[in-house]
Amino acid sequence: MPELFVGKENEFAERDRKIIAQGDLEIGVFRIDGKFYAWENNCSHQGGPVCQGKILAKVDEVIGADKTSHGLKFSEDNIHVICPWHGYEYNIKTGRHPGDKNVRLKSYPVKVTSGDVYVVV
Amino acid sequence: MTNTKDLAPLDVHSATADMLAHAVRDKNRNKFDEFLVVDIDAHVSESAFWDEVTDFIPSDVWKYNAKSFKDRGSANGLSNAQPGLLYQNAFGRIPHSGITRETLPQGVHKQAALSRRAMDTMGIDYMTVFPTAMLTLGVHPQPEVEVQIADAYNTWLTERVLQSDPGLLGLLYLPFNTPEACAPMVEKFAEKKGVIGFTVTSTRFKPVHHNAYMRLYSVLEERGLPLAFHAAFSWEDGSMAQLNRFLSMHALSFVHCNLIHLTNWVINGLPERFPKLKVIWVESGLAWLPYLMQRLDSEYMMRTSEAPLLKRRPSEYITDMFYTTQPMERHHPKLMQATFEAIKAETQLLYASDWPHWDFDTPSTVYDLPFLTEQQKRNILGGNSARLFNLKDTKQAKAAAE
Repeated sequence: MPELFVGKENEFAERDRKIIAQGDLEIGVFRIDGKFYAWENNCSHQGGPVCQGKILAKVDEVIGADKTSHGLKFSEDNIHVICPWHGYEYNIKTGRHPGDKNVRLKSYPVKVTSGDVYVVV
Repeated sequence: MTNTKDLAPLDVHSATADMLAHAVRDKNRNKFDEFLVVDIDAHVSESAFWDEVTDFIPSDVWKYNAKSFKDRGSANGLSNAQPGLLYQNAFGRIPHSGITRETLPQGVHKQAALSRRAMDTMGIDYMTVFPTAMLTLGVHPQPEVEVQIADAYNTWLTERVLQSDPGLLGLLYLPFNTPEACAPMVEKFAEKKGVIGFTVTSTRFKPVHHNAYMRLYSVLEERGLPLAFHAAFSWEDGSMAQLNRFLSMHALSFVHCNLIHLTNWVINGLPERFPKLKVIWVESGLAWLPYLMQRLDSEYMMRTSEAPLLKRRPSEYITDMFYTTQPMERHHPKLMQATFEAIKAETQLLYASDWPHWDFDTPSTVYDLPFLTEQQKRNILGGNSARLFNLKDTKQAKAAAE
């Protein structure tokens, strides 16, 4: 299967990404916790350029043992990419929307060979 | 290696063509170049041009008052917008919502240039523009200021923006809190290029059936000009103040205002008094309509003495009026299809993008609906608006010339 060169491994900072296009095919490749994840740049909402959006941690709400709310905080573990068209958020590791697991991005395998990052299409 | 190109992340500096590149793809896929596409609800960012707008304030005193803010910082003088509560861009997550910082060409009014870029990328032939911050001018504490700003905005829009592009249209602002100022506003601007009707911004607390407004409705009906009620949010209304998240307040208040105005409009027999006046309900979505049709019919049939002007059920008057598509609630397809049937979408529904706002809809949101025929899609995307506003089909004209 064809492999598209994305970039050098050392060009990816942690929580960073590159987005490549070949014709109509657009793929975003992200580095989270040292691993690479590749998703089609096509939001499942209206087809917006999701991989070109903001990268931001998921917002969690802290609930006490007595069920009271103790406010909002950013997650330390769940990092999202956010579609710039309408704000749909997707977990970069799973490609799924936090509110509906059936709403998800299309994934592609990533290969790292001799410091070069490729996506398999 | 195979040939690829890199795409950059998108932010407030991004060009419209980059932000909407996927809309270009959809435009080509759905062949929007083959039929007329009319956008009945898009927006200008008048706050970014406030210095120009306030140049047109008719009163010397109020113009001076507005301009005096320049020495005090960045506030737009006389505006009741609250910049610190404009959460629409989801705290930076949706960068196109709000004032863009993309580089624009010289020689064309910047607002017209921005609107034209959006039209070209989405395949839109006519774009009707409304203000943004002024959508809540109806709750400004000073009605006389609403009159001044309305006149200034309408003058700015007609002389600076609509003149710059033949595809730009306006449903101009009515200072509805001062009833006696409305009919003169219609008379002043009705003949201006690009003016296709007038608007009441729905976030206000005025009974649309009050006798003070009958002169306005008569003038509009005589002139054959439609009247739009454009929704907006309100966090200051006592009920809405109970909602602690923008999502909740936005979801409810954008419908709430038009729920009230439409109910008053129908129950007070205004469609019977002004049968030729076309009324459009803008930016409340569509899901509220089946609720209102059912609720009003149910109560009216038990309490007809309270609505003596009605000769038909409320739902029948509702389906005589017009509605814009955005924000289209698309997560329950069966309910959505039933809604389209209930409101007679084939003839009464008008496509709206709401660009550049955060919950905009591309034309493909209509075109890709599986339960619509090709003709129904084309009606909603442009045919219904062309008929309502007597718009020339520029696509047909161009094809004929070629």
